[in-house]
Amino acid sequence: MGAVTAQRPWDRKDLLGLRELSASEISAILDAALPFKQELQDPKKPFPEARPLAGRTVAFLFSEPSTRTRSSFEVAARRLGAEVLGFSVANSSLLKGETLLDTVKNLEAMGVDYFILRHEQSGALEPLAAMTACSLINAGDGAHEHPTQGLLDLFTLRQKKGSLKGLKVVIVGDILHSRVARSNIHGLKKFGARVTVCGPQALMPSGIESLGVTVTHDLADALKGADAVNVLRVQLERQQQNLLTSVGDYFQAYGLTKARLALAKADCLVLHPGPMNRGVEIASEVADGPQSVILEQVQNGVAVRMAVLSLLESRRHDA
Amino acid sequence: MMLERLLIKGGLVIDPAQKLEAVRDVLLEDGKVSQVAAGLSRKLKDVPCYDAEGLWVVPGLIDMHVHLREPGREADETIASGTRAAAEGGITTVLAMPNTEPAIDNAELVRFVRSKAEAEGVVNVLIAGAATLGQKGERLTEILKMSDAGISAVTDDGRPLMDSELMRRAMEYARGCGIVFIDHCEDLCLAHGAPVNEGKAAAVKGLRGSPWAAETVMVLRDIALAELTGAHVHIAHISAAQSVAAVRDAKKRGLPVTAEAAPHHWTLCDADMPGYDANFKMNPPLRASADRDAVLQGLADGTIDAIATDHAPHGAGKKALGLELAPFGVIGLETSLGLALTKLVATKTLSRRQLIDRMSAGPARVLGLKKKGSLAPGCDGDVTLIDPAASWKVGETFRSKSRNSPFIGMKLKGRARATIVAGRVVFDRNSHAV
Repeated sequence: MGAVTAQRPWDRKDLLGLRELSASEISAILDAALPFKQELQDPKKPFPEARPLAGRTVAFLFSEPSTRTRSSFEVAARRLGAEVLGFSVANSSLLKGETLLDTVKNLEAMGVDYFILRHEQSGALEPLAAMTACSLINAGDGAHEHPTQGLLDLFTLRQKKGSLKGLKVVIVGDILHSRVARSNIHGLKKFGARVTVCGPQALMPSGIESLGVTVTHDLADALKGADAVNVLRVQLERQQQNLLTSVGDYFQAYGLTKARLALAKADCLVLHPGPMNRGVEIASEVADGPQSVILEQVQNGVAVRMAVLSLLESRRHDA
Repeated sequence: MMLERLLIKGGLVIDPAQKLEAVRDVLLEDGKVSQVAAGLSRKLKDVPCYDAEGLWVVPGLIDMHVHLREPGREADETIASGTRAAAEGGITTVLAMPNTEPAIDNAELVRFVRSKAEAEGVVNVLIAGAATLGQKGERLTEILKMSDAGISAVTDDGRPLMDSELMRRAMEYARGCGIVFIDHCEDLCLAHGAPVNEGKAAAVKGLRGSPWAAETVMVLRDIALAELTGAHVHIAHISAAQSVAAVRDAKKRGLPVTAEAAPHHWTLCDADMPGYDANFKMNPPLRASADRDAVLQGLADGTIDAIATDHAPHGAGKKALGLELAPFGVIGLETSLGLALTKLVATKTLSRRQLIDRMSAGPARVLGLKKKGSLAPGCDGDVTLIDPAASWKVGETFRSKSRNSPFIGMKLKGRARATIVAGRVVFDRNSHAV
């Protein structure tokens, strides 16, 4: 029904992924993040005057460890005036199937309004969303989506490049297991960017080209003419699974070095969702170099998450 | 002594084994087919009669891949409930898979299931014995004793033998008993427990995929072992185009290889799974549309001998664990015939005679059942009466104890009107009697 009367910029209860969002919905989030970023950059760091989430409670349910994403959401929620229920990493057996639904329903009964969830299984949030009146924000589900990371990457690129249309963006690394890659692909494609995914075949899901991306196993080839390169974290356990020959071998072929970066456009931006393995997927001199926007991504993450929360909240008032 | 008799009057008899497709009366006497002829009802006025006008009268359907879950998982299914589900689906004979808890891996357990089935089952229950103790893939079971106790096949279904030497020996012993070895073809390392097929849908959803090659490498291995040993190997639930091609080629070379296909593999493909719905999770997984089309082609040209459901009941709680944790498998006994009539016969993929071959005569041949799969005089009095015109919708409830079906809500045309086992009506849609 929302689609028919889509006059409001935002009409969704949940943020589960970027795949189902329209370009205008994504733009609404990115636009809303701008003033929040300005406040964060102000040395006085003023809180948003309206405190739109005052009286609301935000709860975290994470079945995987996370420091950055959780902290980023927590800062965002607090700056908007929300109460934050701090959960340590829950025993993942409490986050399976019906037990997860029970947990959500119990916390909902206590007055929780927002859930920020991370789950190791792709699609784990989907059945929950229909079963609760609370708003769910996906903070990463398996290898499916990590929409706020995708949004902050889009925000960063848009700020630096003015527009996403026609940009060549390279995503390099473990595409097979990466929810960051999928959210980025969905978001970038909606704005007319050209996306190339690059990595060893063992870490490349067959069929990924159906998302409209170019697939290559040659990083030098991928980087030609690139406006931005998003370097994915390589999980060291992929070595035990024989999906990697060795981390040294990986760096040899896919590590982003200064020499390789020189193959891209001179103003090519370097992004990384963190945390970085220096010397595995990225050389330190690139991570800390002039083309890196990695710390700016982190700051933008807070602004984008504030935008998501405030838009979800605005729908509650309008409804 | 009075003969127990039943006359099935005025139906269209379809019996591929006799190349018969004509309106006939069928007389069953003492559990056997006694006569098939026109006008019997005028001569036999006193015999109890079932009016089959407008119905198809076919040799009882045989589903050679069914999990009855007893012993061990009676909350999901029992011999009583599973055979009632079969009867509702027009199926008169099921082959029960041995992956129960404990696995059916010795003669005593075979006798237990047989006696349970005789006491509580409403259709014929044939039993497949495990190939290895506990289906652990380590030590062979006592196949000879199990054969004497009446098993109809040997299989470690669900847990393929990765050890090809062990597989060879199991096949050789099955051959010695004159029974078929049924293999669930899956290279466990390649498949990696992935919940869905490898391909576009998995890539987009961020799910690990099991490639078609996980099946085909084992199909090719089994064909080589069939050639080496002379043993008859039957490929269970074939799902990949390359596997169908391999079986077609093996048959051309005259090797003792047969195959079956499950309704979900000839009706659905991986793109059909809505979201992360665990009722679309089974093993092997729904594959690409080209694979589905190859399975249809294999059914049409006879490469695939049998339609078998791989009926795999799981209680609702298990499928609610989320796609990745939910167990593999869907139920199928109550939807197989309706799907076949709607998706195979109405589409002219198969003629009705070919359909009855794949659902009755074919599996009888695979299992070496001389008295089943035909309505020739002397055969067992197992008959399915099919109403080809009945329009119905797959409901939310089943006679099975489980409801893990991907077909709920689907509109179908044609289903069983009545199911007759050994001359007795065990299901009649008009009287709701079972």
